[in-house]
Amino acid sequence: MKKLKALALATSVFVSLGGAASASTLVYCSEGSPEGFDPAPYTAGTTFDASSRAIYNRLAEFKHGSTEVEPGLAESWDVSDDGLEYTFHLRPGVKFQTTDYFTPTREMNADDVIFSFMRQMDESSPWYQYAPGISWEYFNGMSMPDLIKSIEKVDDMTVKFVLNRPEAPMIANLAMDFASIMSKEYADQLEAAGNLEQLNQKPVGTGPFTFVNYQQDAVIRYKANPDYYKGQEDLDTLIFAITTDAAVRRQKLEAGECQIMVYPAPADLEALESNDDITVMAKEGLNVGYLAYNTKVAPFDNPKVRKALNMAVDKQAILESVFQGAGEVAKNPIPPTMWSYNDDVQDDPYDPEAAKAMLEEEGVTDLSMKIWAMPVQRPYNPNARRMAELMQADLAKVGVDAEIVSYEWGEYLARSSAEDRDGAVLLGWTGDNGDPDNFLAVLLGCDAVGGSNRAQWCYKPFEELIQKAKVTSDTEERTELYKQAQVIFKEQAPWNTIAHSKVFMPMTNSVEGFVMDPLGYHRFDDVTIAE
Amino acid sequence: MLRFLFSKLLLIIPTFIGITIVAFGFVRVLPGDPVLLLAGERGMDPDRYQKLLHQFGYDRPIVVQYLDYVWGLLHGDFGVSIATKQPVFQEFLNLFPATAELAISAMLLAIIIGIPAGIISAVKRGSVFDQATMGIALTGYSMPIFWWGLLLIILFSGILGWTPVSGRISLLYYFPSVTGFMTIDSLLSGEKGAFTSALSHLILPSVVLATIPLAVIARQTRSAMLEVLGEDYVRTARAKGLSGRRVIGIHALRNAMIPVITTIGLQVGMLMAGAILTETIFSWPGIGKWMIDSISRRDYPVVQGGLVLIAGLVMLVNLLVDLAYGLINPRIRHQ
Repeated sequence: MKKLKALALATSVFVSLGGAASASTLVYCSEGSPEGFDPAPYTAGTTFDASSRAIYNRLAEFKHGSTEVEPGLAESWDVSDDGLEYTFHLRPGVKFQTTDYFTPTREMNADDVIFSFMRQMDESSPWYQYAPGISWEYFNGMSMPDLIKSIEKVDDMTVKFVLNRPEAPMIANLAMDFASIMSKEYADQLEAAGNLEQLNQKPVGTGPFTFVNYQQDAVIRYKANPDYYKGQEDLDTLIFAITTDAAVRRQKLEAGECQIMVYPAPADLEALESNDDITVMAKEGLNVGYLAYNTKVAPFDNPKVRKALNMAVDKQAILESVFQGAGEVAKNPIPPTMWSYNDDVQDDPYDPEAAKAMLEEEGVTDLSMKIWAMPVQRPYNPNARRMAELMQADLAKVGVDAEIVSYEWGEYLARSSAEDRDGAVLLGWTGDNGDPDNFLAVLLGCDAVGGSNRAQWCYKPFEELIQKAKVTSDTEERTELYKQAQVIFKEQAPWNTIAHSKVFMPMTNSVEGFVMDPLGYHRFDDVTIAE
Repeated sequence: MLRFLFSKLLLIIPTFIGITIVAFGFVRVLPGDPVLLLAGERGMDPDRYQKLLHQFGYDRPIVVQYLDYVWGLLHGDFGVSIATKQPVFQEFLNLFPATAELAISAMLLAIIIGIPAGIISAVKRGSVFDQATMGIALTGYSMPIFWWGLLLIILFSGILGWTPVSGRISLLYYFPSVTGFMTIDSLLSGEKGAFTSALSHLILPSVVLATIPLAVIARQTRSAMLEVLGEDYVRTARAKGLSGRRVIGIHALRNAMIPVITTIGLQVGMLMAGAILTETIFSWPGIGKWMIDSISRRDYPVVQGGLVLIAGLVMLVNLLVDLAYGLINPRIRHQ
């Protein structure tokens, strides 16, 4: 009898263990708290990972692991010949998530799409200011209010965007986080209950994971969305363990308290790579780190002077000592993983002798300049101060006296934008949507002078090419235009292009199917945990 | 006693005004601008910047902003976070239990170990125990919390694997928050193993946070004890033939505890300062971590509101200590 009891007990333990094991859970050690769960008002990748990429979908989506765009909630789209009308045919049968605070009664339709955009555009909508101090950073930053003339409902499953001017990256823009599709039905319920702010705290989307609960600064829980239009995910539970300190994230990963960690400290990489239980994935980041001269101020208004200064800097040495080899020297303003990258462009060679001669030829002697070093660490520049010091030493060799300055980050960003700014600025960029326009126009276009164009560079031949590419919908033609633009960029040298860095993701060997995203998102759809 | 209480309360008003000025001034003296940080590398055109500045009310004269802020405080309005768009007071309430749980367990640890250690050191003055205790106390007092915390994590979590690395409970447990105290909620949840998990998560952060108060309390207890043991009435008690235990336990201890209680009260402020670093290292979701995150974002309303709330709390605890002090030592309240 005793034996039988023991057997029964053993069986029940076995069964319950079996039950526990079949529910697969992934714990991701993330680096910070999301600002909210409505992605549109925010700009931080941390927020997008927790909201738009887990919970929502968009009309068009980035292919997993690529910057190419594929159909999402829109099955297909037509663009009119003049490039002013985009008609989206919505995917039928897509359900919004059922949660303990909302049960959808209908499937996704044109009303949801219109609501999602109009709340960011229509100042008279109660949703335009639905929480105190809310503002639509990306929507405005991408000039959407000027670009979009109207959004019309053709029928329940068809939506037409009418533009004021052609915009080639339009589809890529609509794959960005601010364009996530919200449920109008849910919004209406919240509006009726006078509880608008809940939209930002208890999200409802159509995406792979359903929001369960958020404990501020600690943990976010999701479960697989059983109604997901691509089919339910293998992971039953997804947990974001918010761990701000990189050293602690590493300890948690090694102790098995999480299976994936983000942003390891460069100093920890070697130890992580030598751990047999851990795989460290690496990918070229979609970024560029650069030194922007002020092309409006003498002698930096002379392209030959800028070129000479570029030739004086040993970028290979910077790559080794600042990036510790995790990246590659940049020659173009866009990274090599981006379409239309012009590999034929020749980089300015490292040649201090020639640089010195060139400067003398241009009558530049005893030049004193400032190099601005960012006070923060960024993927495209892990240590700006060190980088500036190396440049300072290199420039001294050609007789240029460089002084390193720095400001608090917000101040740095603001002051470096000023058109009469003194000195050359270290900065960089990580792509938002995989379109070259997002680099070339945002960082080097005439409209961006005084803003994100830190070189204050407005050069007509370059500007004409990128403007033409912006309104051309044929990708081959655009590629050609952007390639030409890169040649002109190199000739004119408004920047010293320094590096494209590598991004690392350490994870335990049990994680399968994780793909590193070129745009820097952390997505857990299609990920499984090996038993 | 009522007069005593009244005079203490009266002192709170100017202190509170001082705190509001410091908290308000603090974030504005720091370089940086929340609106600019919002824009990031993308930058922001001047029109939009002005519009946002206006929306947040930061384009008004500084005095108007201050008066508006104080007016809000008087009505219980602590403002709305720029980053999360949530009311500051609500966030504080959500996060406070985590800090309270950590602070209480750290303080208990500091008292339970610190007072007996101090007493024994005083009684056995000059002994090996005394010297060792005071040596450790000095080390503990001068230990950089950040380094100490990481060291303990690497040793006890990384190498030995005895304690969890960070957080408040294993993430596999999931139950609703009732009191906000994880140790209590885990018991209420009825989930097997949850309480042990919560407790094991509490150990390292409590030890780290307790380190400085423990050192201070042990040293204060020792010196207070030494002073009292040298007094005439203790010598009289001894001469009357009372046992050493009775002399120390009843006559000396009661009087020696008066400065120690003050010290404990003052340590509440230290505890809040320590919590800021401890919570950051251990990913402990409390108000310390909240403040650090908000300062780096220049989230004016949170930093202002948070500082006032924390200062108010410390003042309240100090008031209670003063009252306790008055109860133990009647002479104080007549002074």
